[in-house]
Parts: sequence; C-alpha cells; structure tokens
Amino acid sequence: MPSEEPIRVLEAKVAELRQMVVDGELDLKEELELLERKLHGLKEKRYASLSDWDRVALARHTDRPRGLRLVEAVTESFYELRGDRAIGDDPALRGGLARLGGHRAVLLFHHRGATAEEQRTCRSGMAKPQGYRKALRLMDIADRLRLPLVTLVDTPGAYPGVEAEEQNIAGAIAACIARMLSMRVPTISVIHGEGGSGGAIALAVADRVIMLENATYSVISPEGAAAILWKDAGAAPEAAGALRITAPRLLELAIADEVVPEPLGGAHNDPAATADALQAVIVRHLGELHVRSLDERMAMRYKRYRHAGGSRSNPDQG
Amino acid sequence: MPIRRDDRGRYVEVELGRVEESLWLRCTECGELVFRRKLRETNHICPRCGAYFFLTAQERIASLCDEGSFQPLTVGHSSSDPLGFVDRRPYEERLAEAQSLTGLRDAVMVGRARVSGHPVMLAVMDFRFIGGSMGWVVGEEIATAIEGAAEGKNPFVLVVASGGARVQEGTVSLMQMAKTVAARSLLAEAGIPFIAVLTYPSTGGMLASVASLADVTVAEQGAMIGFAGPRVIEQTTGERLPAGFQTAKFALEHGIVDQVVTREALHDELGRVLGVLTEGGHAE
Repeated sequence: MPSEEPIRVLEAKVAELRQMVVDGELDLKEELELLERKLHGLKEKRYASLSDWDRVALARHTDRPRGLRLVEAVTESFYELRGDRAIGDDPALRGGLARLGGHRAVLLFHHRGATAEEQRTCRSGMAKPQGYRKALRLMDIADRLRLPLVTLVDTPGAYPGVEAEEQNIAGAIAACIARMLSMRVPTISVIHGEGGSGGAIALAVADRVIMLENATYSVISPEGAAAILWKDAGAAPEAAGALRITAPRLLELAIADEVVPEPLGGAHNDPAATADALQAVIVRHLGELHVRSLDERMAMRYKRYRHAGGSRSNPDQG
Repeated sequence: MPIRRDDRGRYVEVELGRVEESLWLRCTECGELVFRRKLRETNHICPRCGAYFFLTAQERIASLCDEGSFQPLTVGHSSSDPLGFVDRRPYEERLAEAQSLTGLRDAVMVGRARVSGHPVMLAVMDFRFIGGSMGWVVGEEIATAIEGAAEGKNPFVLVVASGGARVQEGTVSLMQMAKTVAARSLLAEAGIPFIAVLTYPSTGGMLASVASLADVTVAEQGAMIGFAGPRVIEQTTGERLPAGFQTAKFALEHGIVDQVVTREALHDELGRVLGVLTEGGHAE
C-alpha cells in the first residue's frame, strides 16, 4: 500500500482548523472549506486507483472492522453458541443467534482476535475441525428453527496442523460445503476480509455471496502463488493481479453477486458506516430470498454451484 | 515416474516434466535400477523394496477394470483458461505441455466400466497432469460422471490422485469444490453408492470436497492423504511431523478411511464392496 501519510497530515491540519473555528478564535470558514475540498480530492485520487495488491493490504489492514467487533456493529443483538459437542470449542470460528435489521438469523463468523494475545488463541482466524463441526451444528439449528443463515468470512485459511489432520479437517470442510448446499433456509455469505481457500469456501456456498469492496477470495494467498508459480516471493503483487482475487474481479467472474462499497480509503476509516451499509445489503437480500419458495431457492442454489465458474461451449461436442 | 521423497522419507512434490523414456528407472526408496518393462508386470511396485510408484490414469484403468470394459464418456471438455492466467509462463502453455505428456485433455478420465463384473461409472485422476489438480474441466468432468452414474443407476467410483485445486484457475478452481459436492447430492437422491479410492496423493481442495464424501472410502497402500502439505504445516506451526504422518495407515488409524488395500488387491476389494452393495449381483 503506497503511503497514506499526505492524507493523514492534511486530515490533522483540517481537524486543527475546525477546532479553532469551534473555539471562535478566527473566522476561517473559507480556508477550511478549501482545505476540506482538497483533502477529499486527495483521497479520491489516492483511493480511486487501487491496485489489486492495494486491496490485499486493505483486506488485511489491522484496523479493519472484523470478527466479533463487526458482528456487534451489524447486529442489534447476538447470543453466542459454543462448542462442537464432541471435541471442544474453537475461538477462531464463532457463531450464534442474532437479530439483524429486525430479522432473526443464525450467524457464523471467523474471529481473528483483537489483541495480540487473542490473535494467538484464535490463530488469526484459522479454524480447526471443531470450528467447522460447530458450524455444522449451527447450520442444523438454522434449518430446524427456520432461521436464515448469515456467514461472515474472513480467514487466511483453515488451520494447517498435525492435530487438525488427525481430526480430519478436510472432511470437516467437505461436510460444511455439502451442508451449506442442503440448507433449506435462505443463506447469505459476506466475504469482508480475506477469503482464504478451503477455510473460506466451507462457509461461503450460499444463495448470495456478497463481498466488501476491498475483500479478497482466493484459492491461495498471493505470497503462496508467488512462491510456487513464480518461484519468487517478490512476485506477490503480480500474483494478486493474475489470480483475480479482489471483489470487483470476482463480481466480473460471477463468483460474487454484489460488491458493497467501502468508505474512502477502506472500511477502517469508518467502521460504523461500513457496518450500516453491510446490514442494509444483507437485509435486502434476505428480503429477496424470503419471498421465493423453498423449491425455487434450492433449485437456484444447485444450478449456481453446479455451473460454478461458468459453462463453456464445447468444441468437441459437435 | 517414481514418487520422490525427501531424506526423511516424506513425499515431496514431483515436478512436471517430460518423462525420460529410458529403459530403467531408479527406485527413489532403495536405489534399485528397475527395468521399465518389468515395472509394468509388477503393477509399478518396486520389485526389490515394494515401494509404490504412482499410476497414470490409463495404467490405473487397466489395473482396476475388467479387461477392455472401459468406455470413455463421449462428451469431453476441452481445456480451459478462465482467467487468461500467466505467471512465469502462460497457463495455456502448461496445459498444452501436460496434454502432450499425458495424452489426456485434463487431469481426469471418466467413463463406464466393469469391475469384477459390476458396471460402474468411473473417474480416474492423473497426477502427471499439473499434479492432478482440479480446475474447471476436472470439476466439470467429475460432475458429468456423477450425473451419468445417477442417471444410469451405476455406482460411482472416484480414484483420486490430486494435489488439490488448480492454482492457475484462481477462485474458479475453488468453485469446483462446490460444484463436485453439489453433483454428489444427485447420488444420494438416487440412492446410488459412491466409492472413493484415495491414492498418492489425495490432498488439499480435492480431499476437502467430493473425495471426502463417499459412502465407502478405500485407501491404496502408498497413498498420501491430508489437507495441508507437510511443508505448510511445519512452516506455519513449527510442529514436528510424527512418523507415518498422512499415510494410508495414518488415515485408517484416525478414522478417515474404511480400509487400506494393496494395489494388487484393489480390484478384488472393489468387487467385494460392489457385490455387497449391488442387488442381485452380476456374475464375473
């Protein structure tokens, strides 16, 4: 991400001037307006031409609203449910019952942790098998209670560890994909940070896939692709472009259904506005899905994923 | 092409390249020089130490199906490059190279066949084709085969030899996990059995999707079965990997597969499973 320094400096100066106006020290109204216009122009210029790699940086930005903080901002109330009823609870993949724009829903979300210590226990949002099995449990609850399922996806990927392998993490992810496809209630996935590979798709096979403007969704991290295909760690920015992992690109590929614009400079510049915009979009899609019959929704979902990645004409087919 | 392993006996990725048509192959396990034609007789198992060399899709079909019974599905999908992907080389070039190396259109062969007299729909993956990775074509072929199995009421047999999703197809390859799992639901609706045979390797996005959702899962001895690669695990967690990690035996001990079978026994094993599952039965 290129420097945001000039913007930060100007922002501080504008704030200073505004305070002087409030304090009635000087009549600076005209100067203030001029500066604010200049600041806005600077921001637009800076953020209008974000590269794919810039967006990767924004998706990973430490101040980006995510996890429990985002859930609290998007919902009116949230009651957390814990544990997979077999092995344990996973703080990296959380969920519960929520009220969201007046709708009741079951919510699932990755949680990376807000503090350094929490990030350690949450493994920065890399979920273990018990996380995905808890997700299965909550998906069952959603279907039983006829509550729509909303997932908020933000993970570097599923946790790669010895114990996770022993507990069949691949099988747990596969089961989540299958369960999401068989859900009888409306399902909405919001990819709002990093959508990292299998760990992300386990929660993202929904009726509607919404992405925040600066979120990514990819089969491999740009760094991973750079190492494997370019044999050069420095090629990550190039890989980010070639892999087409950003929200606008995935909208073009029809993998995302809608891209929710973020405040200038990214969600972290105005978390409240981001959450409001996101809630409005989720509520709109829930409304659209609610009026469709069960059969219609199931057929649409099947068709969508059966033909995922588009259908191609087959020259050999004649 | 032998399976390569590092000095601690773990599997390492085999780099794709034209197989040298030499008369002998060196076993990477015991160093023995094995006469190439002899390997065909031994089902590509080292005659000295018993190490498994992976099979091509064509070799697998020959070893698994009743002789001459394999009928490829007539609708084949040509290779696709959904992103117009270029890294150090264009993906299209890699595809063309893999096609000329394998004689396949992509990393899977699908068709109807008989195993111990039982008619099945078969999908066999080929590790030589960009690591057996699943992109749009592989996902589409597997889904088409599953549809054929459900329609024709034949059990579906998937022989996995795949490193995972195809990176060069980006998120489109990730979508193939959902596609194959979606198709899999047709088998359940039609009450048609699904048998997965996990071989070297069954990893990544392939294992985290359709390959993990069979009714009966058999691992071939010599298989590698796991989600994350050993290097990724070590680099991310710093954990030391236990001996025998992600082997067929490991998968059996951890409840991930139903049975571990030698390559010689696989044909008969499938016959037994199909015999139990199929009403009336078909005489051999």
